[in-house]
Amino acid sequence: MCVKQIPDPAVPGELDPSTNTLKRDDKLILDESDSYGVEMALQLVEAAGGGDVSLVSMTPRGETSGLRTALAMGASDAILVSDEALAGSDALGTAKVLAAAIGRLGPDLILTGTESSDGYTGTVPEQVAALLGLPSITFAKHIEIDGQTVKVQRQTEAGYDDVECPLPALVSVTAGVVEPRYPSFKGIMAAKKKPVEELTVADLGIDAAAVGQAGARQETVAVTDAEARQAGEVVTDEGDAFQRVVDYLAELKVI
Amino acid sequence: MPLGTIWVFAEEAGSTPTPLSLELLRRARELAGDVAAFVAADPGPLAEALGAHGATTVYGTGDLAGKLPGAPVAAAMAAQIEAGPAPDAVFFGQTYQGRDVAARLSVALDQPVVTNNVAVDLDGDVLVVEEPVFGGTRNVRTAFRTDGVNLALFRPKSFEAEPSGGGPARAVVVAVPDVGAAGAATVTERHVEERSGPQLDSAAIVVSGGRGLGQAESYEMIERLAKVLGAAPGASRAIVDAGWVPYAYQVGQTGKVVKPSVYIAAGISGATQHLVGMKGSKNIIAINKDAEAPIFGIADLGIVGDVHKVLPQLIEALEARS
Repeated sequence: MCVKQIPDPAVPGELDPSTNTLKRDDKLILDESDSYGVEMALQLVEAAGGGDVSLVSMTPRGETSGLRTALAMGASDAILVSDEALAGSDALGTAKVLAAAIGRLGPDLILTGTESSDGYTGTVPEQVAALLGLPSITFAKHIEIDGQTVKVQRQTEAGYDDVECPLPALVSVTAGVVEPRYPSFKGIMAAKKKPVEELTVADLGIDAAAVGQAGARQETVAVTDAEARQAGEVVTDEGDAFQRVVDYLAELKVI
Repeated sequence: MPLGTIWVFAEEAGSTPTPLSLELLRRARELAGDVAAFVAADPGPLAEALGAHGATTVYGTGDLAGKLPGAPVAAAMAAQIEAGPAPDAVFFGQTYQGRDVAARLSVALDQPVVTNNVAVDLDGDVLVVEEPVFGGTRNVRTAFRTDGVNLALFRPKSFEAEPSGGGPARAVVVAVPDVGAAGAATVTERHVEERSGPQLDSAAIVVSGGRGLGQAESYEMIERLAKVLGAAPGASRAIVDAGWVPYAYQVGQTGKVVKPSVYIAAGISGATQHLVGMKGSKNIIAINKDAEAPIFGIADLGIVGDVHKVLPQLIEALEARS
């Protein structure tokens, strides 16, 4: 299960003015999108009657608290690629690192969220699958494993499709696909002892120039404030505010 | 200075290109001397419609027989690019298939892909794309710094489609290389969720509901209000996650971006990821019992009140008029 540790979304985001990259200096937490994936992984392993959920993540600066949350939910171990060279990585660079780390584990199934809640690029899961030469099914809202086949309900613009592919494969899950469990106190204590293997980019045999800001081959050239909408008329309902809506719609010639 | 060639990954519904595909073609032809389309389908039936919007060539893989497009289509595109001449850029829509194909192509070509864009310009001969960040409060412009094919995804309604008056494009069927296990994902059955009324992303009026409705059954008020207004019903992410309505109803950063003439938000607080999906609406009406709800910061008309009181009265009044 690929997980990302992100700045708390409740805290307004900031860009580092010198690099125009997202500031990730404060405490990082487990991306909510990934909590669904971790839960899905745990449920699939429970349904199969055995197996382990391993976490794979990367960070430029050794942060682990989000990983401990996922370990407390029930994952068994983690690989954390921790390397300053990773700062400012784009999606492709990220995918190369994650794919290399996953390659060391040889999983039957790789789960991810559909996109991170801080970057929203949304291509990393499919890029990881491509780098590993695996089939993938994105936007899963339901997953079942039947022998050596994974069967998924995949979100579409019109509804959903039933899609299947043989294992090993990668599946990305949408939010709300399952209700993530709260880590129990026992889980939190156990998480402290679960192994987190820390690797550098060099350990994975990846050239630092291929990742991080240097490898991104794109440059933020401007950051501007968007045009703000102004607040309009506000009416407190005393029993007939609905009439103001009717009149407004009539003014707009909508009715 | 315009680019040489831009490809647009075009998608279709039956034998009609999607509105987003036509929007991308329009922008592409403003930036490049030549525009081609690439479809994960038989190119012949689409040649006229895509040609009318500026494509001189339509490459197509033919029917994929149920295979998920990502790996096979990206491989076909990569092969065509390698055979040459390579385009300067490929534009994709921010869609399920678009994301998958673009991601796979980025690996095949070892080129970066930039997503969520709403604008694109040329700075000399460098493509610069723009995307909204931080809930749409700021815009970030990113320049490609690579000599290879630039890959960019664009949100719906970033551009306005306009026919170019061009004749039918040349239709070229391209072979899909064998991608082995990577192409094994197959669709076994398609489920279309029946929706009557206008499509959410093109409706002139949208009525959306959120957590403030209280429970799933109360969404019925949204459906009724939408019906009497001839509007499309929409939803916040919170109630989609809670399972009250299907994901297809979701408006927001990770749902649909809509720009109707009128957007009515009932029981929606206005989390930034929702605002990103609807703040381009011409007129916004919000109903929420919390006077501090962020939605009131952008609503043209805000009603601070209980949706369970205001909505039924509104529905009754509108039904009486029609």
